[in-house]
Amino acid sequence: MTATAQTTRNPAAGQAIPPAAAPRMIVEDFSAFFDQRQVLRNISLAINARERLAIIGPANSGKTTLLRSLNRLNDLEHTFRHTGRILLDGQDIYASDADVPALRRRVGMVYAVPIPLPWSVYDNVAYGPRLAGVRDRQRLDEIVETALRSAFLWDEVKDRLRDRATNLSGGQQQRLCVARVLALEPELLLLDEPCSGLDPISTAKIEDALLQLKSRYSIVLVTNNTKQAARASDRTAFLLMGELVECGPTAQVFTNPRDRRTSDYITGHFG
Amino acid sequence: MRIRPAITQRIAVSLLWAATAITLSALVFIVVYVLVHGLPRLTWTFLSEGPRSMGREGGILPMIVGTAWVAGLAVVIAAPIGVATAVFLTEYTRETRLTAIIRFGADCLAGIPSIIFGLFGFVFFVITLGMGLSVISGALTLAMMVLPTIIRTSEEAIRAVPRSYREVSFGLGSTRWQMVTWVVLRCALPGIGTGVVLSVGRSVSETAAVMLTAGSALGMPHSIFESSRTLALHFYILSREGISMANAYGTAATLIIVILAINIAAYWLMRRFVARAV
Repeated sequence: MTATAQTTRNPAAGQAIPPAAAPRMIVEDFSAFFDQRQVLRNISLAINARERLAIIGPANSGKTTLLRSLNRLNDLEHTFRHTGRILLDGQDIYASDADVPALRRRVGMVYAVPIPLPWSVYDNVAYGPRLAGVRDRQRLDEIVETALRSAFLWDEVKDRLRDRATNLSGGQQQRLCVARVLALEPELLLLDEPCSGLDPISTAKIEDALLQLKSRYSIVLVTNNTKQAARASDRTAFLLMGELVECGPTAQVFTNPRDRRTSDYITGHFG
Repeated sequence: MRIRPAITQRIAVSLLWAATAITLSALVFIVVYVLVHGLPRLTWTFLSEGPRSMGREGGILPMIVGTAWVAGLAVVIAAPIGVATAVFLTEYTRETRLTAIIRFGADCLAGIPSIIFGLFGFVFFVITLGMGLSVISGALTLAMMVLPTIIRTSEEAIRAVPRSYREVSFGLGSTRWQMVTWVVLRCALPGIGTGVVLSVGRSVSETAAVMLTAGSALGMPHSIFESSRTLALHFYILSREGISMANAYGTAATLIIVILAINIAAYWLMRRFVARAV
């Protein structure tokens, strides 16, 4: 009822616009290569506003490469080549005049292992905004506090902002890395197996944070843990040997997969 | 006939001990020997006056000032160039034949005897560029001489910064230059500092190269275009020409104390800095 009301209320567009699922990022026929080795094969995929998309698949299926293509981190490897396009709000992020630092501020990345820079908690979180030119001390204080609160870390570190970040526990470090990215107020959040080295309690805290963050960001979560994908995502994409096998609502992919290979993987027959 | 492992262990430990003891005693012997002979000469007059009758009498103030000028200027010139080269080689180029050649060139430069640098400095800076025997000729020559040390130590320090830090920085939207200045150089600073301190030590103690470029004037240098005698050269001339062994030891003691002071100060500063960057 509400859906039809919303679509009909937009006559200027001339066609029905799906209300919640407006795509932010569109991957079009994207292939990636390192030297001669093809790692991704003609991937087409949309990432919608305010959704959590999980990318699952066995090792070497190209999950991380796909994720790192979304903010051009693969460019750091000089052997990387690609074909196809990736659009962010309609703009090709691989266009020759694209502003790569700006792209990476809009599309933030959290790595598999927490990598705090060897500075204080505060300096870690303030690093991104400082790079972008924020100098005002009070403004930085606000940004740091907001980001740490969003990552559910503020209460644990508010008295140790000047402590070295590497003195935090593993789970705290990983939430610090989430906060560090959130300080840039990105539009998309990329997470590369963010819980791979964490205990179940820390993992639960990160997943809680993701659920809260979903209201403001699109989240792409690469995970080796199919249970985590089932718990903490709205849609799931299954990659196998660089190919996108299927992509759909998480409930459907896990209960009624369209492809035989998907059901084999999630039931643990391989991978 | 196999020697028991417990015995080989004992032999090894004693040999390692002996090696360390020899190293340490060589250092202690030199320092103590020079200080014992030199310290009696180290009076305020000796440090605050100019030399008289070729250095037989009087003090060494102009040599202290000259040494500070020549060595200081050399490092001030060489450090930025060396660090910049190291940054370029590590962060802005891929490993190619060209970078290999540059690195090989720097290594060769490091192996050239200092007297050859002196000769080159004499021909190029003193004669061709017309700078004459002067502080600046000496400083430029020493700068070339310590450049490889600074490049190599800086490169090592920069390479020791984890690759993941660079990736994090890029991921947070830094340009390459921001990444270099905010992350890489900040992390590599203690290592780079060590290289610079080594270079200061080498510059202060260099004799042959400055003899041919900075000259051996006894007077106080009033500008960088005047000739000046450094402490090391003063020691050489006093002892070699038999002018005054007592004053030679006094000079040597000063030199050793200066170098120890530089090293201790740098070590202290470095530790303080690292502790603060934490």
